Amino acid sequence: MVASKGPGCGPTPDLLFGSGLLLSRYFISDWAALIKKKKAFARRWNSDGPVVSELESSDMGNKQTIFTAQQLDAYQDCTYFTRKEILRLFYRYRDLAPQLVPLDYTNQPDVKLPYELIGSMPELKDNPFRQRIAEVFSEDGEGNMTLDDFLDMFSVLSEMAPRDLKAYYAFKIYDFNNDDFICKSDLEKTLNKLTRNELTEDEVKMVCEKVIDEADLDNDGRLSLEDFQNMINRAPDFLSTFHIRI
Amino acid sequence: MEDDSVFYTDRSGRITSNPLLDELPSYQSLLYRRKQPIAGTKRRKDSRGRSSLSGSLKRSVSTINRIEERQKSQMEQRAIRELPISMAEKRRHKEERLGEHQGLSSWGQWRQNTRRSLKRLRDDAREFFSSMKLWRRDIHQIEGMFGTGILSYFSFLRFLVALNLIIFLLMFSLVMLPIIVAPHASGNVTYNQRDGGNCSIYPSTARRGLVNFHQHISDLLSGEGFLEQTLLFYGYYKVDKIHFPKVNSTYNLALAYLLATVAYLLLSLFWIVKRSATGFKRHLVQDEDRFQSFCNKIFAGWDCCISNENAAKLKRSSLLYELKTDLEEERIKQKIAERTRKDKCRIYFLRAILNLFVIGVLAACFYGIYVATNLSQEAEINKTKVNFITDLIYEYLPSIVITLANFITPLLFSVIINYEDYSPAFEIRFTLMRCVFMRLTSIGVLLFSLWSKITYCGRDKSCGCGYNHELYSCWETRVGQEMYKLTIFDFIIIAAVTLFVEFPRKLIVKYSQCGLAKWWGQQEFAIPQNVLEIVYGQTICWIGTFFCPMLPAICTIKYFFIFYIKKVSLIKNCRPATRPFRASSSHFFFLVVLLIGLFLASLPIAVSLAQISCSKACGPFVNYTTSWEVLPVTVSQMPEGAKKLLFALSSEAFAVSFFVVTCLAMFYVIALAGAHKRVINQLREQLATEGRDKRFLIQKLCQAQNNQPVKRSKFQPRSPRSPSSPSYHTSFSSNVSESVFLAHSPPKSSTHV
Repeated sequence: MVASKGPGCGPTPDLLFGSGLLLSRYFISDWAALIKKKKAFARRWNSDGPVVSELESSDMGNKQTIFTAQQLDAYQDCTYFTRKEILRLFYRYRDLAPQLVPLDYTNQPDVKLPYELIGSMPELKDNPFRQRIAEVFSEDGEGNMTLDDFLDMFSVLSEMAPRDLKAYYAFKIYDFNNDDFICKSDLEKTLNKLTRNELTEDEVKMVCEKVIDEADLDNDGRLSLEDFQNMINRAPDFLSTFHIRI
Repeated sequence: MEDDSVFYTDRSGRITSNPLLDELPSYQSLLYRRKQPIAGTKRRKDSRGRSSLSGSLKRSVSTINRIEERQKSQMEQRAIRELPISMAEKRRHKEERLGEHQGLSSWGQWRQNTRRSLKRLRDDAREFFSSMKLWRRDIHQIEGMFGTGILSYFSFLRFLVALNLIIFLLMFSLVMLPIIVAPHASGNVTYNQRDGGNCSIYPSTARRGLVNFHQHISDLLSGEGFLEQTLLFYGYYKVDKIHFPKVNSTYNLALAYLLATVAYLLLSLFWIVKRSATGFKRHLVQDEDRFQSFCNKIFAGWDCCISNENAAKLKRSSLLYELKTDLEEERIKQKIAERTRKDKCRIYFLRAILNLFVIGVLAACFYGIYVATNLSQEAEINKTKVNFITDLIYEYLPSIVITLANFITPLLFSVIINYEDYSPAFEIRFTLMRCVFMRLTSIGVLLFSLWSKITYCGRDKSCGCGYNHELYSCWETRVGQEMYKLTIFDFIIIAAVTLFVEFPRKLIVKYSQCGLAKWWGQQEFAIPQNVLEIVYGQTICWIGTFFCPMLPAICTIKYFFIFYIKKVSLIKNCRPATRPFRASSSHFFFLVVLLIGLFLASLPIAVSLAQISCSKACGPFVNYTTSWEVLPVTVSQMPEGAKKLLFALSSEAFAVSFFVVTCLAMFYVIALAGAHKRVINQLREQLATEGRDKRFLIQKLCQAQNNQPVKRSKFQPRSPRSPSSPSYHTSFSSNVSESVFLAHSPPKSSTHV
């Protein structure tokens, strides 16, 4: 049953059209930018030619020739990434140095990318701890990463890694002198990296004292892994800040 | 700190003073736990300082092997990817496990395989669903540019879009769909009879004759005219029951309307509580921010998602600002502790006066809203038409006054709070609470003034139909129209402020050279004010859905557009706030404010359902006195058993005992939490004293060693070596018997089991 209508009722179409036009003008520029970005993104990926089209044509990655099925399987079990993400990360790794990284990893080539390339990735270049992160996850401890290290790093930093695992690696990252304890000098270095040396000496000392006061449970003047993990359990932001989206 | 001579570092930062520390059981168990996943194979060269010890520990490997095996079996259960080891070792681990599984029976193998494929399926499904999430890429972009604080605002907005959509689907499927489907399914619709009394006169409001174009616009904006008797408002639903002969059942639309209202309120409550459950636990039970604010800032302060240089610079400066503010707070706390009695009296007196002033301001605003509503209603009833613009202003007068009040009062509050001398963190929270109170009660005042008009029939007369039927023949539709107007106006204001205030501000600041522009500065994205805006809109939606069932759909579209407006404005106009808003506490704050809005919204609905008589001229409840009466009438028509059960559930005895049991449970849980906290504090103190004892004993031992040169042949090897930095592993290796002796004791007293 429709309500009784008199003659000459109902909104005219141009009213709706006018308001739609007004609103859409402000979104079209935003959408145009998004579409341009998508196109640029696709162009970059397509530069690799046939391998990429194979990846895009088969969702399950059945026809991809970079890894053997067992390798992909192993990666899926050892990281928090799905098949598609692993392949996407491989392409990111390769993009850093296309001439060094072969397209065929079935015979496990021993390729290491120097730290300078890793540290220049857009996800890492603004991070004050990027050098420590690369050192902790690299095999040689100098920041030069193989593909395994690369995947490992982003797996721990992804959103699905549990808190304890992240806390373990965070402890390693903040332990500058690698003595399995975060002592006062480590704390000072952390603080200076965070604030780019803009705090005064006194303030730095006060902050380090307060940190040790708050977190040191067994009162030995430095933070052990247990102290650190205990403290991280009560830090609500840790999971969302210790996280890189790639 | 006490005498630290036990720990002193040489220039390289290594602690090298006492080999006894390395022989302590607690340190040994630390090493066992850390070596656990590796079982003696290659490990990352990250503990260069201590790795030299691994050689000496091999001597005591036999004693710890069995412990390792036990731990290894415990660790088997953990997923490989959760282990903190390098990739090559994870792969070796996986192959080991696979090798073990070959030895299992075929049933065991099948179980393992299904478990693995289920896990794989779950991961893939999770990825699929997260890729389906609305606005994933936009939010990712915002996160990279502005960090997690502002991100939480936008994901909150996304949550509200989903919530409104679900509420609309609920109302649609329970109320509108049967009416639409009835003719097609050959349903027999019984309409509410107009029993001819003067209560049930409902003049048609459709415009006749030649209608000006601008009247259509004013109808669209105010919900009158051609929109009044459509699906949009309550008055259209004159259906009582629908009988479907094919399935031989009757659909009671009045009952469905009532139950849909209750259902959407409960659904919103459950969804919000579920969403806030994790944040609530962290915030209320632990609330460690007071106790480790510095640790949180240093170790969890840097937002690794930032991928933009400007954002990184701003994040750094905001962290710096936070640290300085915290140090400042420490100083202020000291200052407060040192306040004299005279100071305290002065401050309390000042605070009392300022709070009275605030109450006065609020009362003035509420009175203004009341007067505006009365004026607006009177203009409508008297149908005085001056011209298009003035009419529109009269229609929107309550909305305009509410928006003005909500614009001025936060500025006023933020000025007043400076004189009240609270700590900075408390200042922010208190101002926010005042603003929340102001925004949400202004809607309540509007509704109150509407109701007082609806139920007022004359100075000493009581209303014949329970409400003023001469002025408001269908009062629910009128209330629905007010809510509709508020929603539309809110949306127009948000769009207009972005277009006409923020964009020009950015242009002025960017291109003008005068000092005033520089002082004004670029727009900051103030998260609390924006959140209050959308919570206000959502509260109106909750109240209005009963009177205007299509309002949730309108709100969904509104929030959809607001997302894009805010995003564009954020990227083009704003710089991130200098006062950073922490993601965790903000998550909790948004949901608390939303819950307050929900409770404040359910009050007017409860009053309309239960207190005020429903209209006799329109709507599904014509045959009942109040809307709530549908439920008792339906229950009385149910079979005996169900009726008895429902009466028992709603009787006072059951309600009181349920309340008492809930209170008891709550007191028990609170007492338990308090006891746990006390135990934790005691244990903490105990740990500290144990640490001190340990250091004292070690010192004494060192002194004893130094004082006994005869028995010292074992320790003498220290002196021939370099005097400045005795390396402890050499002293270890030269004291084979000593190390073995000490290494044997840990298994009994170690703390790792």
